[in-house]
Amino acid sequence: MAQPAGLLYSKEHEWLKVEGDTATVGITDYAQNSLGDIVFVELPRIGAALKQHANIGVVESVKAVSDLFTPAGGEVVEVNAALEADPALVNRDAFGDGWLYKIKIDASSMPDALLGPDDYEKLVATS
Amino acid sequence: MPNANEILTAAHDEPPIFALGKPGRANTYFAAGPSAQTFLPASALRDDLPLPDNSELDVVRHYTRLSHRTFAIDLGFYPLGSCTMKYNPRINEAMAALPGFKDLHPYAPDELAQGALQVMYDLERALTAIFGMSAFTLNPAAGAHGELTALFIAKAYFEKCGEHKRRTVIVPDTAHGTNPASAAMVGYNVVSLRSDARGRVGLDELRAALGDDTAVCMMTNPNTLGLFEDHIKEITDAVHAVGGLMYYDGANANALMGNARPGDMGFDLMHLNLHKTFSIPHGGGGAGHGPVGVAERLVPFLPRPIVTKDCDGIYALVHDGDDAIGTMRSFWSNFAHAVRALSYVLANGGDGLTRVSQLAILNANYIRVQAREFLEMPFDEPCRHEFVASARALKRETGVRALDLAKALLDRGYHAPTIYFPLLVPECLMIEPTETESKETLDGFVTALREIVETAHANPQAILDAPVATVVGRIDETRAARQPDLRWTPVL
Repeated sequence: MAQPAGLLYSKEHEWLKVEGDTATVGITDYAQNSLGDIVFVELPRIGAALKQHANIGVVESVKAVSDLFTPAGGEVVEVNAALEADPALVNRDAFGDGWLYKIKIDASSMPDALLGPDDYEKLVATS
Repeated sequence: MPNANEILTAAHDEPPIFALGKPGRANTYFAAGPSAQTFLPASALRDDLPLPDNSELDVVRHYTRLSHRTFAIDLGFYPLGSCTMKYNPRINEAMAALPGFKDLHPYAPDELAQGALQVMYDLERALTAIFGMSAFTLNPAAGAHGELTALFIAKAYFEKCGEHKRRTVIVPDTAHGTNPASAAMVGYNVVSLRSDARGRVGLDELRAALGDDTAVCMMTNPNTLGLFEDHIKEITDAVHAVGGLMYYDGANANALMGNARPGDMGFDLMHLNLHKTFSIPHGGGGAGHGPVGVAERLVPFLPRPIVTKDCDGIYALVHDGDDAIGTMRSFWSNFAHAVRALSYVLANGGDGLTRVSQLAILNANYIRVQAREFLEMPFDEPCRHEFVASARALKRETGVRALDLAKALLDRGYHAPTIYFPLLVPECLMIEPTETESKETLDGFVTALREIVETAHANPQAILDAPVATVVGRIDETRAARQPDLRWTPVL
């Protein structure tokens, strides 16, 4: 299965969609499938300054609690409030309505060590 | 009332106890006392209290029927990895039920409780010998409580030494799952270590994490993959070299007895789950017992009371100690469990306990070698008392996950193994048969597992629909996690 084009991917199975100086962050379809039914998502606060690769929250499924890492550094400008009432949105639409938060990317620290769709697909195929 | 067939197959819908009975049905053994109004002010009284009103016989039947709907080690094979669900020998119960132990008042003075104090003293000495520590406390009530106790001891030790900078606890991803939570509760920062390609702690990764802020490194050995950490001496030496303490999580101690001792490996602190390794009934939240053992330099910090024996053979509870961390549990902790554990130790003897661990390892390998013909083994080498298999390939090929295999095992009369732990193996099943199972039982389990995997390839839907033979089928786990309804509300 091909991964959506136009996104960047981390080895921790997060995706990043960059639009200008802001970026939307979510977890990949592979990640939600591995986690199983998601029952709770803990997101960073709006205004929080995140460092790239930092542990900034958790996703809890019926199987386990997993750490969330941020694929890029920046300031949180919006979080997906719909996930509080319906965390299963991540299961149903990981690349769309199940997005997690948006950040204003630090111009000085553009994200590094991220993968394109083809490389991420290779990672998933061997996981 | 359920009909006969429903009762025999436990396939009835048992109402809550509140919905049974009728007003005035409860047995009365005592004459009614003065009414509450005579000794409580009106503000402390409630208008009504809808307690169930049932006869003793109806109560006994209600709970016995419920007990028929559950699963227990006394009913069938229970290969729940990391939990050591072994047979609980009945001699333990006979000893714990002796009137001198069972009826002893927790406030009894030492001179009237000499036998009970000797049980605690002898058990503490036995654990010290089996695991190579200097002393044990029987204070902690269960495993995670033992972890907490040990970390308080470590913290008190570092404070006494003036080493306030030591605030980091290192936990490999193959350690027992409660370790990071215990460290966080004590206020330490947790650093997680990734295991290497062999499923062991990598020395280079460990050395990179060590520093003058290192307080404790918590390890489980054999680890949660069922593998022995074969560089354990280098690991404990490296942690000691930076001034840190080594903590041994006893969840997997069932592989160790007579084979190896944490004290000899260089561990400074450890806990045991007596309810696992020493055959005490557990599961379902029942009382556990989690003694903590320490190396010589940490003995002064052990919680109180401790039992001492003087030169005349008189036992006493000692409550004071300048460096002691206090008391972790009221009275004598779960004393009846100390009786059961000592009974198990004495009934087996040293050679018997060694054989326990050897058979636990043999049984796990007996299943593993057969299961590798039809399940992926991410770490394909001889295991200790448990092993981890993966349904990752099966999921890719058939859509059947570890969860579905576990559910299908229920239909075949087996308790499910631990699934989705440890987290580092996708779709994992952690299988621990224990030493008390016969070859026939192990063969039956392997046959069931093989048949389930074959069915998953031929007709995956049959496995995805499991369980179909149990009283309750697939439950809505998401709803159970998000909207738990734990309180019965009376219809008034």
